[in-house]
Amino acid sequence: MDFRLTKEQAMMQKLCREFAVNEIEPIAADTDATEQYPWDLVHKLQKYGLLGIQFPKELGGSGGDTICYTIAIEEASRFCGTTGCILSSHATLCAWPIFKYGTPEQKEKWLRPLISGKKMGAFGLTEPNAGTDSAAQQTIAEKQEDGSYIINGSKVFITGAGCAETYIVFAMTDKKLGNKGISAFIMDINDPGFSIGKIEHKMGIRGSQTGELIFENVHLPADRLLGKENGGFKIAMTTLDGGRIGIASQALGIAQGALDQAIAYMKERVQFRKPLSSFQGLQWMVADMETNIEAARLLVRRAAFNKDHGLPYTKEAAMAKLFAAETAMDVTTKCVQIFGGYGYTREYPVERMMRDAKITEIYEGTSQVQRMVIAGQLLR
Amino acid sequence: MKVIVCVKQVPDTSGKVAVNPDGTLNRASMATIINPDDKNAVEAALTLKDNTGCKVVVVTMGPPPAEGMLRELLAMGADEAVLVSGREFGGSDTFATSQILAAAVKKIGVDDDDIVMCGRQAIDGDTAQVGPQIAEKLGIPQITYVADLKVEGTKVTCKRMLEDGYMTIETQTPCLLTAIKELNTPRYMTVGGIFDCYNKPLAVYDYEALKDDPLIEVDTIGLKGSPTNIYASFTPPQKGAGTMLEGADKGTCEKLASILLEKHII
Repeated sequence: MDFRLTKEQAMMQKLCREFAVNEIEPIAADTDATEQYPWDLVHKLQKYGLLGIQFPKELGGSGGDTICYTIAIEEASRFCGTTGCILSSHATLCAWPIFKYGTPEQKEKWLRPLISGKKMGAFGLTEPNAGTDSAAQQTIAEKQEDGSYIINGSKVFITGAGCAETYIVFAMTDKKLGNKGISAFIMDINDPGFSIGKIEHKMGIRGSQTGELIFENVHLPADRLLGKENGGFKIAMTTLDGGRIGIASQALGIAQGALDQAIAYMKERVQFRKPLSSFQGLQWMVADMETNIEAARLLVRRAAFNKDHGLPYTKEAAMAKLFAAETAMDVTTKCVQIFGGYGYTREYPVERMMRDAKITEIYEGTSQVQRMVIAGQLLR
Repeated sequence: MKVIVCVKQVPDTSGKVAVNPDGTLNRASMATIINPDDKNAVEAALTLKDNTGCKVVVVTMGPPPAEGMLRELLAMGADEAVLVSGREFGGSDTFATSQILAAAVKKIGVDDDDIVMCGRQAIDGDTAQVGPQIAEKLGIPQITYVADLKVEGTKVTCKRMLEDGYMTIETQTPCLLTAIKELNTPRYMTVGGIFDCYNKPLAVYDYEALKDDPLIEVDTIGLKGSPTNIYASFTPPQKGAGTMLEGADKGTCEKLASILLEKHII
């Protein structure tokens, strides 16, 4: 057993740290304030191969592993939750299901531009009345005689809506089968009948553009079906297993970033003629935060390790996301507390981190769903 | 065409600077970085590679852990690396270092259309001597303080930055150029590069590999071959705060003139 990073993973951490300090930190507050999708940054992520880290070089990826991918998201999220969200959703929610379930032709046509970063990707499962209850999908795919499909319906809260060009969209191909009647499709932003609806104003990760997808008689040829017909639920669930490793890494990074800020502030801020760092009440807060962050990191890396080694990771990913998300919320709230009144202002980044942390307890399965997944794995 | 870039691993002076009791730097206890000006030289070489497809070879002299820095340069896009390392080379000053690096560059081979690049100076010694000395020992033209670079075939045109202006100088390959930070913004490693860098060639030149070169003699390398001796190193006392006069009125000007007069400046 070895807890050290490999040489390549350590280099990856160095690259991502440098990149985050020079390219991400300077734009993080502005991205939050303006709610603008950080296109310039996304182009840089593409240039350095950060949008296809864990995919093979033969397909245009960078040839890395899932641990490297978690490192990249953690380092980015230390400064900007939006960037962590973009890295995670693009690679695991859109590219990965095509990598795992796509035909060679689909990989060539749809996956290659995603993992080389030429196109951004998104994932559409959630609907107004089908959040955790995905069997309540109202988006319908009607199969035509020639094997093509006509899709009608809508999706909400889709990360990257309108910025992404390629979408994995789930729709009912057989309503009476419930979850077993869901299919997955690859959709292009230029497909006739496909439009972007309302863009949400959010509490956190405000630059990641979250919005509605609307399908009005979108005609998709048979080769847009991903995997088997009625096999979409499995694709969605396995995709979310991997996605949770990404969100766990995002939560971990947000927590680490907030603690870094708090430690620097505690050394600098003087009250009663002593720095805050000399007060035991605050020292204990720091110790607890560090312990939880490190525990979250171990869970994240363990889940990533399992994924890289072909071991089961459903439970591990759910535990990593649950623990990291709750740690992020707890740590960022405490860090705002340490900053006092300053922490409540936008002069310091900790209030943004606290707002960004909240989503990690909600998306890609709420913390309650993670507990369902973990218990479900134990009580089978 | 190829570009050979000489690079140095230096202590990271942005962190804590550790000094031994004898006044020398305690390198072992300090984090290391790629010398900043050398990174500009590497970037210039990689830009030439992007534009012309030329090969980029990075070379450093240092202890075995310097391999880590060379791997990073390979991950940025360099094609090959050479680590010049041997006990015999230890303690070299700029004269001895340039003897050894020139021999290493000769062993790599300098063709008619090649360029050798160095950073202007290293942040630890700040001498700016090694680049020019290598050029002298290779017998090739040199342009220092390069802030802009254009290569057309064998013609090299540089903007050479000086304190009070710049010169535009043209020369022919093979030549040696030293880069300054104004030349470019160095790129990062790429993720793909990181996963390739351990598969790229990295040669180690030890004393045995270089000893047949006429530049390598017992009294031209290492401590013995180094005419520089450090007698003491110290932190210079900080200058006191200057005097600030504000205003453009007659009284202020007269006051300024009287101070300058008092200090025998005018």
